[in-house]
Amino acid sequence: MIITKKKTLKAILNSLGKSQKVFLIGCAQCATVCKTGGEEQLYDMEALLQGKGKTITGKAVLDPACHLVKVKQFFYQNKGILKGTDAILALTCGDGVQSIKDGDYKKDVLPALDTLFLGEVQRGGHFSQKCILCGDCIIDQTDGICPITICTKGLLNGPCGGSKNKKCEVDRDRDCGWILIYERLKESKKLKNMKKIARPQDHSKNLKPQKVIL
Amino acid sequence: MSLREAIKKKKFIVTSETAPPKGTDTSKMLANARPLVGKVDAINVTDLQSAVMRLGSLTGCYLLKQIGIDPIFQITCRDKNRLSLSSELLSASTLGIKNVLVLTGDHPLSGDHPEAKPVFDLDAVQLLGAAKGLMLGKDMSGNKLDGAPDFYLGGVVNPCADPLEPELIKMKKKIDSGAQFFQTQAVFDVKSFNFFMKKVSKYNVPIIAGIILLKSAKMAVYMNDNVAGIYVPDTLIKQIDSASDKQEEAIQIACSLIDRLRDVCNGVHIMPIGWESLVPGIIDRAGLTGR
Repeated sequence: MIITKKKTLKAILNSLGKSQKVFLIGCAQCATVCKTGGEEQLYDMEALLQGKGKTITGKAVLDPACHLVKVKQFFYQNKGILKGTDAILALTCGDGVQSIKDGDYKKDVLPALDTLFLGEVQRGGHFSQKCILCGDCIIDQTDGICPITICTKGLLNGPCGGSKNKKCEVDRDRDCGWILIYERLKESKKLKNMKKIARPQDHSKNLKPQKVIL
Repeated sequence: MSLREAIKKKKFIVTSETAPPKGTDTSKMLANARPLVGKVDAINVTDLQSAVMRLGSLTGCYLLKQIGIDPIFQITCRDKNRLSLSSELLSASTLGIKNVLVLTGDHPLSGDHPEAKPVFDLDAVQLLGAAKGLMLGKDMSGNKLDGAPDFYLGGVVNPCADPLEPELIKMKKKIDSGAQFFQTQAVFDVKSFNFFMKKVSKYNVPIIAGIILLKSAKMAVYMNDNVAGIYVPDTLIKQIDSASDKQEEAIQIACSLIDRLRDVCNGVHIMPIGWESLVPGIIDRAGLTGR
């Protein structure tokens, strides 16, 4: 799940600039679960922008917005839907914004959300980052907890020594990732894994932009 | 005598610490260091301590060396990737700096440039391994060096960490990666430190215990609440709180701690935290002059 957060109205208005007629696009998947780009949020955004003197020319929730073929299909099947529109405001993740732009590159497509992380849905409205998509997975060694993500410094060989009461030195409300890993490895009798020296990460496996062709 | 020789000769080691200035005026740093020539075995030069932008550790080390002090070059993983760290180590070696203390480094969020990108391309264990590799004439990719450095590599350990076991696991990995000596987090709780020393005696590696000058009760409470592995007992908090002359009391507390640690470990590392001018007097009063 891609976790997103709404930008401030000030930032959105700033990026819309002089564009008066705005078309809103949301996403039926991640952004709907995050309550940032579902139908309800499109109505909320409509009211907010109308309150600031903008005209909403239309609204659509794509399923999903990150699927280029489906985005193109939407614009093909709804020819003329953007007539009279100055700019599209995308209530989607950053990928969605770019797919929409690629689907109709003649219009300005502006992000209404900030894209935060790949997250686990812990329960309704609670999202947690567990994986930073490093391209070099090592969690077989840490019994299913990613140190690169869970440790604020992304260390691979144990705690930095800064944790107090098992909390991270950067944020005392956050658990020390390496204490979590240590406790789990100890419980599962795999502490020997922690005693092995972990090699430095291979960042060449995570060069951007990445592309996969099946 | 270099730090390495002093440790080899089983001398009781005294090191201190200096932070390079925030700017280019090094006069205060050097003025604080000069009285320590001949009194300490080495002085650590911090690497953007607390993630605060300052003059670099390497330059600080070079300047200390010129006034006759054996510097300990602190290098952290926070700001540089493996290319830059390795290159910095070669630079240190060519400037004649042998002692290297490898640390993880505080997160940029703790410092004065919280928007900076945290690097941590390597961790302290991996950086020690990289430094050891350089000593063997190879870079991290296995390429041969034209001239290899000769370092005396050190690591840090928190002897009163809770839980202690992960700290000990990491310490062992640091030894296996090349650490030849350790400097510790500040010790106030001698009982816990003794427990730690018993646990690590099998590693047969020199341990230099950290001493922080306790300036006030407020500082003690702050450290107890916020600093990892520091536990200042109530008796010491009361002692500094009721003292009319705080500096005199800080000296007494430091000397008493040094006295209790003297037979337990290989040396002490005095961190003055702004009270640099007191360090020569502490060394004298603790009976460590001319040791």
